[in-house]
Amino acid sequence: MSYPILSTVIFLPIVGALLIFLMSRSNEALIKWTALLLSVLTFFLSVPLFLDFDKTTANMQFTESYQWIPSWGIKYALGVDGISVLFVLLSTLLTILCVTVSWNSIKDRTKEFYAALLLTEGAMIGVFCSLDLFLFYIFWEAMLIPMFLLIGVWGGPNRVYAAIKFFLFTLVGSVLMLVGIIVLYLNTGRSFDILQMMNTTYPFNLQLILFWAFFAAFAVKVPMFPVHTWLPDAHTEAPTAGSVILAGILIKMGAYGFLRFSMPILPEATRAMSPVMMILSVIAIIYGAVICLGQTDLKRLIAYSSVSHMGFVTLGIFALNTQGIQGGILQMINHGIVTGGLFLCVGIIYDRTHTRKIADYGGTATVLPIYAALFMVFTLASIGLPGTNGFIGEFLILLGGFTASKPMGVLASTGIIIGAAYMLWLYQRVFFMEVNPKVQGHPDVNFREILTVVPLVLLVLYVGFYPNTLLSFMDASVQNLINRVSTAGQPQQVAQQIIEVIK
Amino acid sequence: MNIPFPDLTPATPEIIMTIAATVLLILDLLFKEKGVLAFLTISVAAVTLYTLPMSAGETFGGMFISDTYSTYFKLIFLINIILTVLISLKYIKRQQADYGEYYSLMLFSTVGMMLMASARDFIILYLGLELMALSTYVLAGIKRHDIKSNEAAIKYFLLGAFSSALLLYGISLLYGATTTTDFTKIAAQLQQTGSTPLLTLAMILIAVAFSFKIAAVPFHMWAPDVYEGAPTSVTAFMSVGPKAAGFAVIGRVFFSAFQNMQADWTSVLIGIAILTMAVGNILAIAQTNIKRMLAYSSIAHAGYMLLGIIAGTEEGRQAMMTYMMIYAFMNMGAFAIVILLDKGEEISDYEGLSKSRPLVAALMLVFMFSLTGIPPTAGFIGKFNIFMALIRAGYVWLAIVAVIFSAISAYYYLRVVRNMYMKEMTAEAAINPTPTLSLALAISVAMVFVIGIVPSVIPFIKLV
Repeated sequence: MSYPILSTVIFLPIVGALLIFLMSRSNEALIKWTALLLSVLTFFLSVPLFLDFDKTTANMQFTESYQWIPSWGIKYALGVDGISVLFVLLSTLLTILCVTVSWNSIKDRTKEFYAALLLTEGAMIGVFCSLDLFLFYIFWEAMLIPMFLLIGVWGGPNRVYAAIKFFLFTLVGSVLMLVGIIVLYLNTGRSFDILQMMNTTYPFNLQLILFWAFFAAFAVKVPMFPVHTWLPDAHTEAPTAGSVILAGILIKMGAYGFLRFSMPILPEATRAMSPVMMILSVIAIIYGAVICLGQTDLKRLIAYSSVSHMGFVTLGIFALNTQGIQGGILQMINHGIVTGGLFLCVGIIYDRTHTRKIADYGGTATVLPIYAALFMVFTLASIGLPGTNGFIGEFLILLGGFTASKPMGVLASTGIIIGAAYMLWLYQRVFFMEVNPKVQGHPDVNFREILTVVPLVLLVLYVGFYPNTLLSFMDASVQNLINRVSTAGQPQQVAQQIIEVIK
Repeated sequence: MNIPFPDLTPATPEIIMTIAATVLLILDLLFKEKGVLAFLTISVAAVTLYTLPMSAGETFGGMFISDTYSTYFKLIFLINIILTVLISLKYIKRQQADYGEYYSLMLFSTVGMMLMASARDFIILYLGLELMALSTYVLAGIKRHDIKSNEAAIKYFLLGAFSSALLLYGISLLYGATTTTDFTKIAAQLQQTGSTPLLTLAMILIAVAFSFKIAAVPFHMWAPDVYEGAPTSVTAFMSVGPKAAGFAVIGRVFFSAFQNMQADWTSVLIGIAILTMAVGNILAIAQTNIKRMLAYSSIAHAGYMLLGIIAGTEEGRQAMMTYMMIYAFMNMGAFAIVILLDKGEEISDYEGLSKSRPLVAALMLVFMFSLTGIPPTAGFIGKFNIFMALIRAGYVWLAIVAVIFSAISAYYYLRVVRNMYMKEMTAEAAINPTPTLSLALAISVAMVFVIGIVPSVIPFIKLV
């Protein structure tokens, strides 16, 4: 390793965004090619993270640490472990696809669009790499600004409402976390160092309060029931690239927050609260799935399916066993690939028909056969068909869920059944039956679009058959996490009482 | 009785400014082109800035003190006057208020603020306050032919006079109880007597008078009307200078004279702070005029800064000072954009700005997000600092109240961003760029980012 990989991967897109902002607005081709070049370059620079990663250790790797604001004990500290490294790669990959899918569909204020996209990328990667809570918060919040613009400027008809709702929901959660962060800081001997926090034991009552403070921010991002209402609006109204980033990476940051902060820093509170979290997860799974059945809008349906799928993720995480957590992480990656793919596909057809209503489609498979085949792969992966990546993730999560609590496992399984129902029914309505005149006469996918979707198709199948490639990354880190959660002090009387009350 | 001639070194900055202001009044008769006066004003402020570090010490029998605390606030006042002059050059000409007195009054007002920051005696404090206030009343009404400007001046004057009266009443009660107006002697007296109802009444009256100056609720009624009516450059000046001066004296008086009554003044200020944040933020949502919106926003920001005082620690006071400096830059920036845009003062006039003027829109976006407190802008550092001091002092609940209001504030700042980026253009935006205005904008936006990313550039940003 000869260069600071993580800093490069974070700041290359940010510098690129400034560069694009300085370009002349009329030179669209230059702007687009710069954005593409930068996103591809960032991806290639992030590849060493994948190749040189040491899978045998749970320690942070590729670390960088400098003093930043010494008087506050704030460091510029970066590093990745088995939990975060895959998200960095997913972010750099999805950004390229976001650039290519937007190539012709973004015509207004192109310059600002690509600048915002690259800014978002840098901030997202920063979130996954930060080892200093202050730095983490900076990235976490900073990302809101470009994301707000992405949804609000280039989104659908109801975009302004969706963008403001997204911003306010996330902001309220985040500022509550900020209070939690400061309290944590004062109780860690004035340090924002995450690794130091992971080795500190906090009083149980404090842990409990902090758990809910962090919950406020992470649950909104995931989004968990009942704070999920921003998601359908934001996903539906965002432009394709915005939806892909939202579904692919942004909402993973919430679950990642649980894994990186809530669990190792507040292990006893996590253990005490895991039943509550599992109940909320199962509600999200079933509720999200049932709502999907009633949707008439393509993007909205996929958005609600995200609520359901992220319910699986949090269920796995809070099952607090190896299968559950590994499944949860894997499913986050899977969901990023599959839902990212589905949104890309919807974007591709939307560019042609300019409608998102399911009723406006029908017989698409006759008119666009290649497109239909690509869509099929993602549909099946979303259902969790064996051979696709979705199966591995959901299987592990259910395994973990059953081990932790049988009723939860059973209830969660029903979510898969409803999931199959809404996805297949969607596929039937859009691709089969009589050809709708609105679909008639459109050309099939072109080379650029195939190039955009195929990497994700390959990933779906690859992870479906060789999940161990990804699972091997997280083994050590997950084991370490579970040790931390399960060995830290026994639950006290108070916790038991609180659980009784909540039950 | 032989009174020795006082040592004037600590008061050098004030003396320079006073002489300059007087000379400027005379020069006004010689120059037709008032731009010369503007550059003289900036040069004087720069010279004063240079003499600041050399002025440490106390004089006039301890009534006047120049320490790091006062020097820091004087730095803010001088930044305030420099930026204001930079943004007003062409603007006041357009507004037909291009009088030489404009600059002279601004200098006098700044001298008043500087006296307030340096006061260690209620008499000096009152002198400074009146000098500042009277100059500002005239500035608010400097558009002589504009009825709204006149209204603003009268309103400001009446309510200001009212608050001065309250202050005097408080001081006289305090003098009656302690037979002194010197902060340190009052503190020593209070140490012995403890708080009595009379002292509490005096303290409340003084707190109310200061609340008028910083436009804290329920003594904020003047602010929106005056901000709207006054020329925008004066509004920018008023929204930073007198507020900073008010906080300077609050930080001085409550931390020295009323040190032993902390429990009493904390309970008064907590109520004021919560009300201020609530009313400022909630009423700002309903505004359609950008100047009124910024007026309510500045009320809300006073609420956050009060939290630093409430923390009651040195750390809290420094957090307030840091916030004031940050607020000066981001607020000046926002007002500079308002001046730059000649289109109008309604928030709806910003519709589609990002299409016609992408750079202007991007700058306004930065200032709006900074006022909201989103990293990596300076606004976040200011709020973070305040909340940290507050939580450390044990007021977690108050910090939660504050962050919730801070989240609410996002709504009205975002509305400006929404109009600029997400609405269609109604008419081509006309802008009036001048080199000086661009310079002020460049300074403001640079500081917003520099402080946001490297907060240690602000002196005082450290924990004890």
